[in-house]
Amino acid sequence: MIAALDNHAVCDSEVVFHMHGVSKSYKTDAIEVMALHSVELELKAGEFIVFLGPSGSGKSTLLNILGGLDRPTSGDVRFRDHWLSKSDDAGLTRFRREHVGFVFQFYNLIPSLTALENVMLVTEIAEDPMRPEEALQLVGLTERQNHFPAQLSGGEQQRVAIARAIAKKPDILLCDEPTGALDFPTAKLVLDVLRQINIELATLVAVITHNSAIAGMADRVIRLRSGEIVEITHNASKVLPEELSW
Amino acid sequence: MATLHRKLVRDVLHMRGQAIAIALVIACGVASFVTMRAMYRSLLRSQADYYTQYRFANIFAELKRAPDWSAGPIRGIPGVAQAETRVVMDVTLDVPGLQEPAVGRLISIPPRQARGLNALFMLRGRYIFPTAGNEVIASEAFAKANSLDLGSTLHAVINGRWQKLIVVGIAISPEYIYEIRGGASLFPDNKRFGVLWMSADELEPALNMKGAFNSITVSLMPHANEADVIAQMDRELDRYGSLGAYGRSDQISNRFISDEIAQTRVSANVIPAIFLVVAALLVHLSFTRLVNTQRSDIAVMKAFGYSNWKVGAHYVEFSLLVAMTGYVLGCAVGWYFGIRLASIYAEFYRFPILTYRPEFRTFLWAGLITLATAISGAAGAVSRAVALPPAEAMRPEQPASYRPTIIERLDFRFMSPALRMIVRNLERRPWRALASSFAICCSIMIVVVEFGMFDALDRMMELQFRDIQREDIAVTLNEAHSARTQFELARLPGVIHSEPFRAVPVRLRYQNKWRKTAILGLQDGNNLRLIIDQKGNRLSLPPNGIIISSILATTLGVKPGQNLRVEVLEGRRPVRDVVLAGTVDELIGTNAYMEMHALNRLMQEDHLISGTLLQVDSGKKQSLYQQLKHLPAVAAVSIKSATVSSFKETIDRSMSLSIGTLMVFASIIAIGMIYNGARIALSERASELATLRILGFTRREVTFILLGEQAIITVAAIPFGFAAGYAMCAILADRIKTELYRMPIVVRPTSYAWAFFIVMFAAIASGVLISQRVAHLDIVSVLKARE
Repeated sequence: MIAALDNHAVCDSEVVFHMHGVSKSYKTDAIEVMALHSVELELKAGEFIVFLGPSGSGKSTLLNILGGLDRPTSGDVRFRDHWLSKSDDAGLTRFRREHVGFVFQFYNLIPSLTALENVMLVTEIAEDPMRPEEALQLVGLTERQNHFPAQLSGGEQQRVAIARAIAKKPDILLCDEPTGALDFPTAKLVLDVLRQINIELATLVAVITHNSAIAGMADRVIRLRSGEIVEITHNASKVLPEELSW
Repeated sequence: MATLHRKLVRDVLHMRGQAIAIALVIACGVASFVTMRAMYRSLLRSQADYYTQYRFANIFAELKRAPDWSAGPIRGIPGVAQAETRVVMDVTLDVPGLQEPAVGRLISIPPRQARGLNALFMLRGRYIFPTAGNEVIASEAFAKANSLDLGSTLHAVINGRWQKLIVVGIAISPEYIYEIRGGASLFPDNKRFGVLWMSADELEPALNMKGAFNSITVSLMPHANEADVIAQMDRELDRYGSLGAYGRSDQISNRFISDEIAQTRVSANVIPAIFLVVAALLVHLSFTRLVNTQRSDIAVMKAFGYSNWKVGAHYVEFSLLVAMTGYVLGCAVGWYFGIRLASIYAEFYRFPILTYRPEFRTFLWAGLITLATAISGAAGAVSRAVALPPAEAMRPEQPASYRPTIIERLDFRFMSPALRMIVRNLERRPWRALASSFAICCSIMIVVVEFGMFDALDRMMELQFRDIQREDIAVTLNEAHSARTQFELARLPGVIHSEPFRAVPVRLRYQNKWRKTAILGLQDGNNLRLIIDQKGNRLSLPPNGIIISSILATTLGVKPGQNLRVEVLEGRRPVRDVVLAGTVDELIGTNAYMEMHALNRLMQEDHLISGTLLQVDSGKKQSLYQQLKHLPAVAAVSIKSATVSSFKETIDRSMSLSIGTLMVFASIIAIGMIYNGARIALSERASELATLRILGFTRREVTFILLGEQAIITVAAIPFGFAAGYAMCAILADRIKTELYRMPIVVRPTSYAWAFFIVMFAAIASGVLISQRVAHLDIVSVLKARE
């Protein structure tokens, strides 16, 4: 019921991402690989989006472009008033710094920093961050805040990574196979954290995965194949992570 | 080409930055070895060949005057192979184009060229004709400095007579490879001191030495006992006013060259060793990293059945390929510098041939040392590669575990996460940090030592020519004169102030030890020649007693308050006991000082002087010089400013090469180490740094984190480098210490500043190279790849 209400709320919210005619090709010596082909897409604030697709479908490329890690070969990408497709390297860095939180498949924590410090790393360069302790509390890791990554389990490491990503209060949280390296119960725990962030902070969460089971908890599911969007599904009612199974 | 070899070549190309850095450091080591070791061997060989072929004498003695027949008993001394008598006299010269008077050392030679001792090596012109009266052969250094050529004429006051001399030949002699006057003047001044060889038939009568001699040189038979022969010669010659016979070790030119050769040998061992140790460290660090990144390659190789031996050999070959590139480059550069160095040596030391000819064995040794460096450097990494079980190698390296650093446990909360990353990384690999710091320390040390040596030389010059010798001109008379001469000299045009001195050759004896020197007698209240120790403290002369150099006191084993036996070697040759009133820690020579009247009393003579020190009006120098050139009583005139500037000129020339070279070499070490360190850190932590970039860190912030570690290592090395440089200066000063001179331990702030700038330059250059790499960091790849 709550999920349905949320879904309704999202429908009315502002469109923050505009992608228009976005194509991306990679040239290597002789061959040109088309990773994305004329993608048209809009993402709204507070949405929970799941990008689904097999390897090579272009979902990572799409995420890179959304996250300001890469520029399209052609087409326009706009985040509110930031024209990402026209930004230079420094502009993209600023965009990532101010608006984007990343969660990686392999967590990518800095091994020489404790959980708390990994979060602090981001709060120190953000404009209006939450307190690092607060971010860790949101992911339920207050107890483990002074541990180094090597002393944490995979799930704990991923939660630290999420805390690090949300601590700056990003407008968009991009998650690349966030559960790819986790076992089933841990994965559900992590997904639940993502869900909470989405609801409590109204952060636009975009998860890319090839695990279609996760699709159930999204507002919208966007399926990609061979660099094109083949299907967009609206979930009338969202499933809670604990109800997921794969 | 075997596949593994193809991999080898591609790996080297991939790691080219690091490979070049390692190869360059090895090249520096090899180059310095090839340059100096071969220079040492060339000098040694040139000296030995010259001495043998031109029959450099073994024993020398100067005396007042002895009849020719008195050489007979000398020839009869057991062990003496050959003895030759001659006349040697210092005279004042008038050289065309030279304002100041110069000192010529006239040495008689047989009218016909014979196979005598100390034979001349004729460079140009011809030997003297026996009948032509005024022909001379000039020494090469003197001729060159004054642009004298065949047919040039000089004038000299010989025994009171103004005489014209014509240069008919230019030659060098094994006695004057390093051409200096000796006595108090140890600095070469080829413009104002030169040797002129003249027919004995001419010179003997001109100096009232017909049928007599005042110098004898002796060669020894193999296995003869030099000390015995010297003692017997002294017994024979004392009655003729001998100043005491001495062997090659006290022959001034030989002594300088032998000291130089010994120093070159030390440098040839020390300097290359520093570079090669650093090179081994670099190889070690780079290869440990290489093996870590190639864990999976190693696993694959082993899984497909490559033996441990093959895998190990692969990595050894890798290090050898890099090292041998450095070796070849080093040999070429070393050869080039050797040729340059030989030309500098040729300015100081006159050999018939001083070519830089590196021997095959020098290259062989350099090659073996390079091999040892490469293998010892790679050994750790290679053995790790060999020991890695294939299954384990398949798995990625264990994630690094960290802990709070010592600094943090002391609870310093000010540190930002970025700073903590830097500090923890350093603390996690303390040996690596230490090794890097050590290498940078070495490069600083090299610069500090190089500059410090010149600082020391400068200080020596400053002390000697500004503080101790305060006169403008020192005039030495051809024999002791009455005080009246002093007044005559004082009345010469332009003389503002004059102070007489008395110099007496003596043998100082304490118990069974003795040294030859001269006692310098100075007037009480003297101002133009002071007695100053190396710290700058002035000592005043006691009315009685003698003051000697500390090194002389140490050699003799005598302490202040004890009696020293003074055996005078001129005049009536009195032997007296004189109380040692004090010692003075001087930098140059083994000197002895007495108050002039006390010395006169000891000599049982009236108020006699040996010369005078003059302070002159620089505007009237010209006419003063003109007069001095013609004064019959004057044996030698030394002009301080001329000596100083000529010496400085020579030093500057040699300085530019050695300082320039070592600065480049030191920069290579520093850049090699800092660049390699940052490069390794970059490859180890590429994913970490890319993650930071994704999280919104700018390129500059990421570069700061990466280079911060190198910056701390570099900054930490600086004070240690300074200290090591100073310590090395002290060690070298102690090593180089001879009776001729002692190097003071002086490192001026500018020298430290140079070392600092070089390291900063290296650090910034490395930083720029690395920051370009950070710009090309593939930030997207870390989203997928693990490590």
